[in-house]
Amino acid sequence: MIFHDILIVGGGLAGLRAAIAAAEKKADVAIVSRLYPVRSHSGQAQGGVNAALANNPQAKDDTPEKHGFDTIKGSDFLADQETSIFMTEQAPEVIFEIEHWGCPFSRTPEGKIAQRPFGGAGYPRTCYGSDKTGHYMLQTLYEQTVKHNIKVYNEWAVIGLAKDVDTCCGVVALDMHSGTLQAMGANAVIFATGGSARIYGNSTNGITSTAFGVAMPYWAGVPLKDMEFIQFHPTSLYPNNILMTEGCRGEGGTLINKDGERFMTKYAPKAMELGPRDIVARGITTEILEGRGFEDSYVYLDLRHLGKAKIMERLPGIREITLDFIGLDPIEKPIPIQPGTHYCMGGIDTNIDGESPLKGFYAAGECACVSVHGANRLGGNSLLETLVFGKRAGAKAAEYTKDKSKQPRTNALERALKREEDNLNQMLKSKGNENPHKINNELRKLMPEKAGIFRNEKQITEGLAQIRALKERFKKARPIASGRSFNLDKLWFLEIKGNLDVAEAVIAGALARKESRGSHFRRDFPTRDDVNFLKHTIAIHTPEGPKLSYRDVSITKYQPEERKY
Amino acid sequence: MTEFKILRYDPDKDKEPYFQTFTFDSPKGMTVLEGLIHIFENIDPTLSFRSMCRAAVCGSCAVHINGLYNLSCRTQIDKYGGKIIIRPLSHLPIIKDLVVDLEPFFENYKKVMPYLIPKNDPPKKEYIQSEAERKKVDPWVDCILCAACYGACPVQATDPKYLGPHALAKALRFIDDSRDGGGKERLAFVASDFGVFRCHTIFNCQEVCPKKIDPTKAIAKLKMKALFG
Repeated sequence: MIFHDILIVGGGLAGLRAAIAAAEKKADVAIVSRLYPVRSHSGQAQGGVNAALANNPQAKDDTPEKHGFDTIKGSDFLADQETSIFMTEQAPEVIFEIEHWGCPFSRTPEGKIAQRPFGGAGYPRTCYGSDKTGHYMLQTLYEQTVKHNIKVYNEWAVIGLAKDVDTCCGVVALDMHSGTLQAMGANAVIFATGGSARIYGNSTNGITSTAFGVAMPYWAGVPLKDMEFIQFHPTSLYPNNILMTEGCRGEGGTLINKDGERFMTKYAPKAMELGPRDIVARGITTEILEGRGFEDSYVYLDLRHLGKAKIMERLPGIREITLDFIGLDPIEKPIPIQPGTHYCMGGIDTNIDGESPLKGFYAAGECACVSVHGANRLGGNSLLETLVFGKRAGAKAAEYTKDKSKQPRTNALERALKREEDNLNQMLKSKGNENPHKINNELRKLMPEKAGIFRNEKQITEGLAQIRALKERFKKARPIASGRSFNLDKLWFLEIKGNLDVAEAVIAGALARKESRGSHFRRDFPTRDDVNFLKHTIAIHTPEGPKLSYRDVSITKYQPEERKY
Repeated sequence: MTEFKILRYDPDKDKEPYFQTFTFDSPKGMTVLEGLIHIFENIDPTLSFRSMCRAAVCGSCAVHINGLYNLSCRTQIDKYGGKIIIRPLSHLPIIKDLVVDLEPFFENYKKVMPYLIPKNDPPKKEYIQSEAERKKVDPWVDCILCAACYGACPVQATDPKYLGPHALAKALRFIDDSRDGGGKERLAFVASDFGVFRCHTIFNCQEVCPKKIDPTKAIAKLKMKALFG
């Protein structure tokens, strides 16, 4: 039986960083990834990664403490403050590390790492590599895993956890090439499976950003936290929702409505286009809903005044995308944009060390919720979180496994393997002829409408009913393809099941949270309610649906105040 | 009506690959990848293909479309008047349908020591690297390892031991990085019969690279460095 001290599920930035940290501590660590690591969604990040380096002349007074405050205010005071402060304090060190490993950041005239302004930040502190920062970081970390000779099980899709009573002891994975199910033993499992934004149809995310990653621990009894907080990125390309980095606005790009106005004066008079994402996304959506958008669908992101030289130097990737996908050159024309579902602030319930309530089970990156971002994440803080908490979870898991037996818990692993085999066989035998992909597409259509940027009780309640109806129909769906190798139908079927259950947790959380905070905006409860809701939503899976409870937010330094930009 | 002719191959069932034709209505602006997903979700769920970002940055979806390698996610169906012929990347064994075995591709990549080898202990903060020095690693750092160049290279077809345009361009990426100290070692390795001297300057890689990287140029530079220092 396959056994490693530590199994890391997911080969994106957080997974790779955790693997490097564990390898440096001499743990026997392996990555299990359904994608070749360089394909991971982390590579799509564009604008940059935050750290208070004070390299930009306009940021010479910047400090990690100020970055911490901006993060906590940006979170609409739902972040657990000591974790946000920890993240911003660690930021310079993890940035210098990845730079030492060769990450090709853009440079200032003095030869230091260049930093640009970003939303919700008091100083320009977003370190960037033109507008391909995620790609550069992903390649750099993958290169380091090659250097450390870390084993990667490429295109092995983990489909379930293995538990021995109250301890996680490994995973069950589907080897996509051979089509066989494998039990893989470990003393610690770190999930770094990324976000779930693809449950929404208008997502900036790629095809594999389904909710399956967080669904697996959820089904195994691990709580999910703050699931209702979904970030809608203000600027995604119309009509395909491909990301247009916040860096466009950081470099001076403006948002214009049908009447040619820079409408952000109404919503964030001081910060304007560089307000935090929830405020800008609501501003854009309001303009569109009130008839000041184009074709009732989009507004313009205007980069023309930046000039050809600046666009070619700072935003070449954006220009490649608009040319490739809609034949538009941003040097000459404004870009049509609308908000797109982008990031999940919520996820697997972890503490500052990446530990979940399940012994031996860790999580880091977007799939985890510490919480450092609370109700709204600042741009540039997600790439940062992958480095800080990937490193920490990897190091902590290495410490935890150091003195553990190197024997796999064979009984528990074989039970888990049988469970997944039986589950798959059951799926294939299901009666009925519902098309699971149609069900998934209906889910993706209803989520932006019922749990989108502006929410109310009626819509959310309808959404919940619709999801439950989809789950019933899903019982009459089954994978059709029975092939052994690279059977996407089987894999996507499991993912769709995860999408439905996690979407139900998102909607249940949104229904129960009768306030507006950060990215969760209720028209029927439009103000923040610190008396009743300064707390995290905890969701536990039951066969009848998510069971919700609440946990206080850790307020250690900054008392919640009015959040204006 | 749009017509997709896709090369199919299931090693468990088929003696050899064959073309299968699918027809469906495609809305204006639909990409080839969206067409593949449509076929998979609505017509034939046995179809296998790779995809992830759909935004031309992850490199998953490189395939051969109507005579040219390209990323299926950014290829417009309308560009080819609605008749699309798709085959997988060449020079790599087919696992199933459009999914090929990328291990030889990645093994060659790993051989050139594709990671920064520091000259000495790093500074406390970042290495100082001027803007001019930073520009020297452009555009090699933009490579998304999609393997279009590998599939397009006729030399690769004749010899799997040839490192390949991707690996050689990656070697130059590090040799030209002012922070790297492993240049001599890497150069000595690629200046070999299986490295740069195998390239016949055919330019196919330059023609197909979706990120406009020019591996032929990188290889020419490496040849010059190897011969003249």
